[in-house]
Amino acid sequence: MSTVFLILQDNEDARPIIEAIDQDNEGVVIQYQPGMVRIEAEGKLTVNRDTVSELVGRDWDVQEVHLNMVSLSGNVEEEDEYFKLTRS
Amino acid sequence: MAAKRLNMRKRYEALTRGMGWETTHQPMDKVFPYDTYEGIKIKDWDKWEDPFRLAVDSYWKYQAEKDKKLYAIMDSFAQNNGQLNLSDARYINAMKLFIQGVTPLEYGAHRHYAHLGRHFRGEGARVACQMQSIDELRHAQTQIHTLSHYNKHFNGMHDPWHMSDRVWYLSVPKSYFEDAMTGGPFEFITSVSFAFEYVLTNLLFVPFMSGAAFNGDQATVTFGFSAQSDESRHMTLGLEIIKFMVEQHEDNLPIVQRFIDKHFWRAYRVLGLVAMMQDYMLPNSPMSWKAAWDIYFTENCSALFDDLGRYGLRMPKYHEVATAEAEHLSHQVWATFYNYGHAAAFHTWMPDVKKMDWLSEKYPNTFDEYYRPRFETFREMEAAGERHYINGLPQLCQVCQIPMVFTDVLNDPTMVSRRVSIHNNSKYHTCGDGCRDIFEFEPEKYIQAWLPVHQIYQGNCGGSEVSEVLDWYNFQPEDGGEYVGSADHQRWQEWKGTAESVSDDRTQAHAS
Repeated sequence: MSTVFLILQDNEDARPIIEAIDQDNEGVVIQYQPGMVRIEAEGKLTVNRDTVSELVGRDWDVQEVHLNMVSLSGNVEEEDEYFKLTRS
Repeated sequence: MAAKRLNMRKRYEALTRGMGWETTHQPMDKVFPYDTYEGIKIKDWDKWEDPFRLAVDSYWKYQAEKDKKLYAIMDSFAQNNGQLNLSDARYINAMKLFIQGVTPLEYGAHRHYAHLGRHFRGEGARVACQMQSIDELRHAQTQIHTLSHYNKHFNGMHDPWHMSDRVWYLSVPKSYFEDAMTGGPFEFITSVSFAFEYVLTNLLFVPFMSGAAFNGDQATVTFGFSAQSDESRHMTLGLEIIKFMVEQHEDNLPIVQRFIDKHFWRAYRVLGLVAMMQDYMLPNSPMSWKAAWDIYFTENCSALFDDLGRYGLRMPKYHEVATAEAEHLSHQVWATFYNYGHAAAFHTWMPDVKKMDWLSEKYPNTFDEYYRPRFETFREMEAAGERHYINGLPQLCQVCQIPMVFTDVLNDPTMVSRRVSIHNNSKYHTCGDGCRDIFEFEPEKYIQAWLPVHQIYQGNCGGSEVSEVLDWYNFQPEDGGEYVGSADHQRWQEWKGTAESVSDDRTQAHAS
């Protein structure tokens, strides 16, 4: 399996997304760099709508992830319930 | 009962499917005249997988939100004299290069994605390109708006479009982009969406914006990250188009591989400017070019091409040369600009002791052996009042248009790398195997290149004196040359209250 990554801005909006990724994806590596946060995983990384909604206390739309996204690597799957990066 | 809201996939399909039709008044090949001549065979455009599912209503909603955030920060930055929080005024020179060299490319991308948004036969691909076209216009505009604040206080940012069309070092990014734009639609999209945006853009924006954050440039961090939030969609489009082409017909594979080989190399050569910005122009560097290359090219792209291997695609040709060059690139490019600094619209300088030590640490195999001695000599010459400039004009590579300064890093890093091709009894010079192969595949294209040095010698650039050429570039007398003692430098010292120490302040300015 190869690595996928998602980079988000290091800001208030991204915090619950990062926390949700940390909860739902075992073994992710989270690195804080100036201005941004790099989240790396082996083979698969999922952002689940329900987990983020729970953390922010409102209905969170998966596409809101685009507002704070800096970069990514992997094949993108975008559905109502989740945003997923995969690479076999 | 109210109709159930469609899910994301269905909503996007409603936008991109069934909106096209088989034309009858004119044959399809006349309506879409450009999407077959490159030899790419598409059997079924309906097999196109939409790379993202942002329908028009959400697109405007989210883009408006991004812009509101950005413009609020820009206003506050300007009102609070944000430029005073920079680590050092040397930093601004990186932004001069950015607006001169990168912003015109954003505008070029806007124009050409609009062209693709008209000329692909499949409506899914057309919609994706139309959205990207609007994104790219937003990038050009937000960069101009953000950097206009610096234009009030620093030199060299007053006429980027005019400069982009004329200046010797700006012909490097411009000619790469125009090379892509003058290819067919599949070549352009492979070049910009895949080779540049998927494979290499992380090397431009991620370490550089992080560097801006590290040097107190809140405005640039914000426009950079705002642009980059669109980039993830663009990258996904790049990956999708590659997979789509090779899945559609087996004949497409060698063509796509050739596009990837060529445009990886073309885009990589442009990034020499970024390597120099990162290692030399950022007063505080969070990451060296070499470290960024290791993470964002070596690691990330081997994973990417492992994945693409199932389609028969391999790593771009000469990637190993680029990796070997990573230990030399920024030093060679910066030395060149230092030597020709009097003919550039940004300032150059020699690194101070602290920076040289940082370079030794980050480049243990190369800096002390090949570059430090030369740079120390330049410093000594400068201290003796003989700041080093080269007054002759350099030979340029026929393809990338960079002066022939790169060395043969795999064999002997002290020897200049040079290739010669003969076409119609004339000699053409290129800077290495990557550019030579590109030349030899399409010599009739590259013999037409507008090479700035040739044009100066032919009398097409305002005159034969350096000063006449610089006038033709619309450079102002304070735009270029040495940073120490420049108008930018003096202004910075007045702001910071350190105006007395003009002659020997380097370390001090750096440490403050």
